Amino acid sequence: MRNNILLVLALALAFGFKASAQSFLENSQVSGSFQTDAQYYRLDKGIDITDLNGKKLGLNGFGKINYTNGNFSAGMRFEAFLPELNGFRPELNGVGLANFYANYDNGFIGVTVGDVYDQFGSGLVFRTYEEWSLGMDNSLRGVRTVIRPTQGVTLKGVYGRQRYYWAPYSNDLDAKNYRGIVRGIDGEWDLNQSIPAMNDAELKVSMGGSFVSKMQDTTVVNNLFYRIPVNVGAAAGRINLAYGRFAFATEYAYKINDPSAINNFIYKNGQALMSSLSYSQKGLGVVLQVKRTDNMSFKSNFTGMENDHDINFLPPINYTHTHSLPSMYTYSTQPNGEMAAQFQVNYTIPKGTWLGGRYGTKLAFNMSQVNDIVRDSIMVNGQMVLNKKGTLGYASNFFAVSDHRFFRDINFEIDKKISKDWHVTAQYINLYYDIETIEGHAGAPVVEANIGFLDVTYKINKRQSLRFELQGLWEKEVKKGYAYDESEKKDYQKRGDWAFGLLEYTITPHWSFSIADKWNYGNPVPEFRDHYFTGTVSYIHDATRIMLSGGRQSEGVVCVGGVCRTVPASSGVTLTISTSF
Amino acid sequence: MKKLFALLVAALVVTGLHAQQKSDLPNVTVKDLQGKDVNIAKLSNNGKPFVLTFWATWCGPCIKEHNALDEVYSDWQKETGVKIFAVSIDDSRTTAKVKPFIEGKGWEFEVLLDVNGDLKRAMNVSNPPHTFLFDGKGKIVYQHTGYFDGAEEDLYEEILKLKN
Repeated sequence: MRNNILLVLALALAFGFKASAQSFLENSQVSGSFQTDAQYYRLDKGIDITDLNGKKLGLNGFGKINYTNGNFSAGMRFEAFLPELNGFRPELNGVGLANFYANYDNGFIGVTVGDVYDQFGSGLVFRTYEEWSLGMDNSLRGVRTVIRPTQGVTLKGVYGRQRYYWAPYSNDLDAKNYRGIVRGIDGEWDLNQSIPAMNDAELKVSMGGSFVSKMQDTTVVNNLFYRIPVNVGAAAGRINLAYGRFAFATEYAYKINDPSAINNFIYKNGQALMSSLSYSQKGLGVVLQVKRTDNMSFKSNFTGMENDHDINFLPPINYTHTHSLPSMYTYSTQPNGEMAAQFQVNYTIPKGTWLGGRYGTKLAFNMSQVNDIVRDSIMVNGQMVLNKKGTLGYASNFFAVSDHRFFRDINFEIDKKISKDWHVTAQYINLYYDIETIEGHAGAPVVEANIGFLDVTYKINKRQSLRFELQGLWEKEVKKGYAYDESEKKDYQKRGDWAFGLLEYTITPHWSFSIADKWNYGNPVPEFRDHYFTGTVSYIHDATRIMLSGGRQSEGVVCVGGVCRTVPASSGVTLTISTSF
Repeated sequence: MKKLFALLVAALVVTGLHAQQKSDLPNVTVKDLQGKDVNIAKLSNNGKPFVLTFWATWCGPCIKEHNALDEVYSDWQKETGVKIFAVSIDDSRTTAKVKPFIEGKGWEFEVLLDVNGDLKRAMNVSNPPHTFLFDGKGKIVYQHTGYFDGAEEDLYEEILKLKN
C-alpha cells in the first residue's frame, strides 16, 4: 500500500515536472563551491618540533551546493576534517553533512528551514555565521521567518538549536555538548522607505529592536551549587541616523542574569553599548566608534568556554592589519568587559597637487584602545566581595575606565602610486598588547612594540610585476638580553624583535611565485631565534585557486572578526585548492 | 522510496544540466550605504553589463584591486557604460567604517553592504576579492578570484566582448 502511494506520488511528481518542465528548467540554477586545505607535517628540530604525535597529514575540506529556482532555494554543505589541521579544534575531526537548508522567499514572506544564518542589528544579542578559516560555525538548526508587511519594515523570527561541531542536535547529552534552544525576534523600521513624505528627506532614520532568549534545561547538567536559570533573555535597541555627510549609529543591549563558566557564575545583568559617528565627503572620511561591554557573553550552554556556543557577537572595533608582522598580535574580544574607542581618518591628497602628484596620495590614520571596565566590590551577607561565585559579582560605573589597558594601536599609512610602474605602501604602528589577558600567558610581560612595513610593487610590463615587502617589529622591553625566568621560557616563544622579507613575482592573470622569511632575530631566548622560511606558488584560473607552499609556520593567532584561533608552529607542505561555479 | 528518491535526483540532475538559462542574480537582500534595502535579483544597469566585486576594508588585495579599478572606471564608463557594485563583506565591527573608508579613498563605485555574508554565501564566494561580470540580462559571463596587478585589463577585455 505504502509503495503504491509512493508510486502515485512519484508519477504525479513526474507529470508535474513534465507539465511545467519548460519554465521549471529555465528557472533552475545550480551553483556551488569547494575548498580543500591539506597540510603535510614534518619533524623540524630547528623550531622544536620533535614529535608529530602521529599526525603527519591534516585535511580540512568542504563542498557546497546551492539550488535556486525563482523564489525557492535549497543547499547543503559537506565538510571533512581528516583529521583537522593543526590549530583547529579536535572536535572538528570527522566527515559529514554539516549544513543544509531550504528557503522560500517571495518578498513579502520568507521561510528558511534547516541551518540558519542571520544577524540582528550589529549582532550584540544574536548572530549566527560561519568562518571557514577559523573552523567556526554557530548556525541555528531550526526555522527562520522574515515578513516584510510594508516597504521599509522587516520582521524576523528565528528558532532552533546551534551547531556545536559534530555534536547531535538531540536533547539528552553530556554537559559539554548540551545546548539550549535559542529563539529570537527582530524588527526594523526604515522611516525613509516607509513614509512617502520622507522618501527624499535629507535626514535618514531607521530603528530596530530585538529580543532573544535561550532555554536550557539545566537539570540535564549536574550542577550542585547554583540554581542556573532555565530561561535567559536579552534585548537590544538600535537607531541609525544620517544627515548629509554625517552618520550616527548606536545600539544598546541588555541581558538578564546568566551565570556561566565564562563569568565565574555571577548573577549580574549584562549590557553593551556601541556607537559610531562618521563624516564623509569625497576624499575624506572620519569615523569615531566607542563601545562598552559588561558581562555580555551570551551562550546557549552555560558551561561553554572561549567562543563555543556563542549566540551573540561582540565586535572588536580595532583596526584589522593585513601584513604579517602587524597582524602577529591581534586583539580578541574580552567578553566579560571592555571600554573601547577607535578613531580613523582616511584622506586622499588630490591628484595634480604638489603632495598628491599625478595619481593622488592616500593617507590613513587610526587609533584604537581597549581598557577594562571598573569593577567594585559589593556587600554580600555582611562581607565585601568581588566577582564571587553565586553573587551579583560586582558593581560597575558605566562611564568609568579601568587603568588596566588591554590593547592600543596607533598607526599611520601612506599609499602612493608614484609612477605608472611603481606603487608604494608604508605603515608605522605603535602597539600595546596585554598578552597575559589576551592570550592567557600568565605573568608574561606586556608587548610594547614599534612596527613598520614597506610594500613596493613594480610593474615590469602589462603582464608581469614584482613586489617586495620589508617589515620590522621592535619590542621596547623584551629583546636580546632581557632577563627571563628559565622556567617560563615557553612564554617567550615569538617574543622580541622580528624581521620579515618577501619577494613576489606575478604573471597576470594566472601565476604568482613568492619567497618569504620571518626571522625572530631578537628573541631573548637564544634557541628561539629562528628563521621561518616559506616558498609559495599559486595558480588562479577564473574562480579556481590552487596554492602550494612549503616551509615553516611560526606560532601565531589567526583572527577574523575578533574571534581567534591559535596556530602552533609547524613545518611542512600546504596545498589549498578552492573553486566555485 | 528508492524509486522516488532516484526520480528526484534525476530531476535535479536534469534541471542542473539545463541550469543557467536565466539571471544568475540570487534573491538576496542587502543594504546600500543609505541603509536602503537592495534586492540583488532586481539589480541591473539598464541592459548594460555590470560588475560585482566582493571586498572588505581589511582585505589588502581588495583595496589594491579597487584602487586600480578606480583609476580606469570613468574611462570604462564612457566606453562601455559598465557599472561597478562593490559589495562589502565587512561585518558589524567595520560596517560603520565602510562609508568614510571609500569616500576617503575617493572611490566612486556603488557600495552594497552584505553584513552577515548572505550574498557571499549565495554567490559561493570563499575568499575576497572575488569579481563577477554580469551581462545586461544578469547572467554571469566571467568571474575571477584574487587580484594580481593588471588583472583589471582582463576584466575590461571581457566587458568589451559584451559590447559587440
